[in-house]
Amino acid sequence: MAKFNLNINGKERELDVDPTTPMLWVLRDHIKLVGTKYGCGIAQCGACTVHLDGNAVRSCQLPISSVGDKEITTIEGLSEKGDHPVQQAWLEVDVPQCGYCQAGQIMTASALLEKNPNPSDEEIETAMNGNICRCGTYTRIKKAVKIAANSINA
Amino acid sequence: MTLIKTKIGRRSFIRTSTLASGGLVLGFNWLASCKNKTEEEILAMPKEWFEMNSYLKIGDNGVVTITTPNPEFGQNIRTSMPMIVAEELGVDWKNVIVEQAPYHAEKYGMQFTGGSRGIMTRWEPLRMAGASARHVLIAAAAQAWQVPANEITTEDGMLYHKATEKSAGYGEMASAAAQITIPEDITLKDVKDFKIIGTSHKNVDAKSIITGEPMFGMDYQKEGMLIAMIVHPPAFGMTLKSMDAEAAKAMSGIKDVVAIKSFKDDYEKGGFDVNAFPEIVAVVGNSTWEVLQAKKKLNVEWQPFDSYTETINGFRGKQTRNVPSGLESSNSHEAKMAELAAKPGKIVRTDGNPKAAFKNAAKIIERSYSAPFLAHNCMEPLNAFAHVEGDKAQIAAPVQIPSLILPTLASSLGISAENIAMEMPRMGGGFGRKAYAHYVVEAAMISQKVKAPVKLVYTREDDMTNGIYRPSYHATYRAALDENNNLTALHVKAGGVPESPLFANRFPAGAIDNYMAEEWAIDSNITIGAFRAPRSNFMAGAEQSFLDEIAEASGKDPIQFRLDLLNRAKENPVGERNDYDAERYAGVLELLREKSDWSATPTNINRGISAYFCHNSYAAHVLDIRMDDGKPVVEKVVCAIDCGIVVNPDAAINMAEGAITDGIGNAFFGELPFIDGMPQKTNFHEYQMIRINDAPKEIEVHFVENEIPPTGMGEPPFPPIFGAVANALYKATGQRHYQQPFVTEKQIVG
Repeated sequence: MAKFNLNINGKERELDVDPTTPMLWVLRDHIKLVGTKYGCGIAQCGACTVHLDGNAVRSCQLPISSVGDKEITTIEGLSEKGDHPVQQAWLEVDVPQCGYCQAGQIMTASALLEKNPNPSDEEIETAMNGNICRCGTYTRIKKAVKIAANSINA
Repeated sequence: MTLIKTKIGRRSFIRTSTLASGGLVLGFNWLASCKNKTEEEILAMPKEWFEMNSYLKIGDNGVVTITTPNPEFGQNIRTSMPMIVAEELGVDWKNVIVEQAPYHAEKYGMQFTGGSRGIMTRWEPLRMAGASARHVLIAAAAQAWQVPANEITTEDGMLYHKATEKSAGYGEMASAAAQITIPEDITLKDVKDFKIIGTSHKNVDAKSIITGEPMFGMDYQKEGMLIAMIVHPPAFGMTLKSMDAEAAKAMSGIKDVVAIKSFKDDYEKGGFDVNAFPEIVAVVGNSTWEVLQAKKKLNVEWQPFDSYTETINGFRGKQTRNVPSGLESSNSHEAKMAELAAKPGKIVRTDGNPKAAFKNAAKIIERSYSAPFLAHNCMEPLNAFAHVEGDKAQIAAPVQIPSLILPTLASSLGISAENIAMEMPRMGGGFGRKAYAHYVVEAAMISQKVKAPVKLVYTREDDMTNGIYRPSYHATYRAALDENNNLTALHVKAGGVPESPLFANRFPAGAIDNYMAEEWAIDSNITIGAFRAPRSNFMAGAEQSFLDEIAEASGKDPIQFRLDLLNRAKENPVGERNDYDAERYAGVLELLREKSDWSATPTNINRGISAYFCHNSYAAHVLDIRMDDGKPVVEKVVCAIDCGIVVNPDAAINMAEGAITDGIGNAFFGELPFIDGMPQKTNFHEYQMIRINDAPKEIEVHFVENEIPPTGMGEPPFPPIFGAVANALYKATGQRHYQQPFVTEKQIVG
């Protein structure tokens, strides 16, 4: 066990956990922020995607000991009222089916648009290719990312 | 107007609530289960609620709570079912709050998700719930205003009496209405008067999903809750021999290690009490990460089990299941399937004289099709919360058919089923897998043993290697053509490990004078179960690929070839029992031909067409493939569906898009091979799932417009996509594809 001070969604959190614990389980089990999902545990599905200093990372492969003072943003902290342009686009297109993967999809998409506010179809596919949606909402995801890009650029 | 008896649903109209709504089991608070909970709306909550029936509460301010009875797994019934109630109630959708029912069979009847039967079976009861509440509101207004009830009209939650210019909101009359008896008969709206049904309404849970609110079984939390994970045999055909848990128990945060036998030896299993491994081990501790570490320290010895026979008392009555011993491999399955396919099977249907027709044929075409086991791979791995205290149990788990696991839970725990309360959190996908709820029994038995609330969580590897797969199938089709290339006979022989996929009475049965259907099966200890459109998901691909080849051999357009057969089935059907309606089947093909602009194939595009009937609905696709450097790219899929009245069109379109994408993924890549009883894929680095770059660039969905009560929607568009993929790949590569998955090195030739 070791003590850590983390910055999660703009709040300071003090924790005493095994330093090898991945952020996914720190968030879900210790901080009770369960919007970040467990899907595979080996960085293959993207359900656990969070932002680390604005970059999309797989929290299942991010030990708490490697976070340091970097800022962690989860789906719960992406916007105060659930009105980030990507979230709004997701509502407009009514993307989700079961919804389990969508937090990860939104976190990947929002990190993409932060760096590349006007992505091509191919760039969207490349960026989103690490996120599996078993329900098959990909055509809507692509449409929503484009709508979000337009609203950011407007 | 339709007059229907309320009697059939009276059991579900019990007024007094024996369970507090929503808050039956702690964890998800009431507001979290409601749609749209902006601050304004919370402030707009009524001071008092009046219960109209088990599905409906009306607040004194006119806000309406509609309880949605079935568990949700992504088909969006939490929106479409309340829409049906709201339609007949005549209320403004903006004033509707949706609440999830707990499991309560007496109030809500069969609460399940599967077989594309949700909307179909709830259609009448939900309309009745809305219409009967509207009836008592009108009666209350008639009493208050002293006017005849038949002069009162309603609109958007308001009651009007034109002659006296009186009006009132539903909320004002709710108190009096709640005292009025529901009549024997109730009048339902005309389909043409629908305002909510048939108009797209957004998913009531979308906001909660996109903000990461706790809503899935996996998200369940309770004070003092422990985490449990399983360790199971590495191969099918094995069970627990012994374990040494000392090292694991000594690990940080570990509470206990227990062996679990889910079913009692003398328990008569139902059709969904399937479990690959008779005895497994569970590690229980404070947190997921600690339990994951302890799992690695566990020393377990497994041993092969002996063959056994069991009686299953399922939907098809009592059946015997033989479970062989041994460690099975895909290679030996394939060899056995080829062997049985070459022998006579069990004849299920014969029309005319197929033997003579084949003897007299000018040409015989024979083709064999096969498909491997598939894993469901729901994004939310299996999990269950259970808290067993003495003779009572609380369960909250993603389960498709709660009623079927209840007796099993009662037997395994040794407590009364009445003392088991079940909450039905949202499922992160189901696809049939979560109909087999052995994991709920496991969680409850662990909780009983460790005397604490427990959440059992399967790792992805546990989920993928735990069985209940789509079976491995094989089908051989033979067609006899005369000298004019007319189809004179069709013979299908199908089988699988461990079940046959055959539907002997579906198209093209009924359209061909001489027809024979046979089946066979091979016993296996690899457990199987329903997977989106069971059996159909293989037969459609085989049948529709074969028909494509016959159409080509006959020199006919593939759509026209099918329409000609359907015309025969409609005008002069062969045999007495054909499961499909030839006119509706032809209807989707005609709509598809028009919407896909079938006669004008775009440049560099290779088109495949396929259609199928299952789950009481009809679906057909035209799939366009463009070859890009030897790799197939699905440019567009045009889909036509006849599922009767479409309650929530955009949600239905979303489901069809999903079925199409899911189908392409499984047709291209899906397979779970075995060596010595061991699944050869354990996680997504090995099991290839469709991702965004392989998804269709565009999907168009069209519905046949009619006034037929709704039929299945989630499954029907899935099976025919396999045929559409195979037929488009043939156009693209010049090679027919007979073995799934199609996009492998040995099959794709550019």
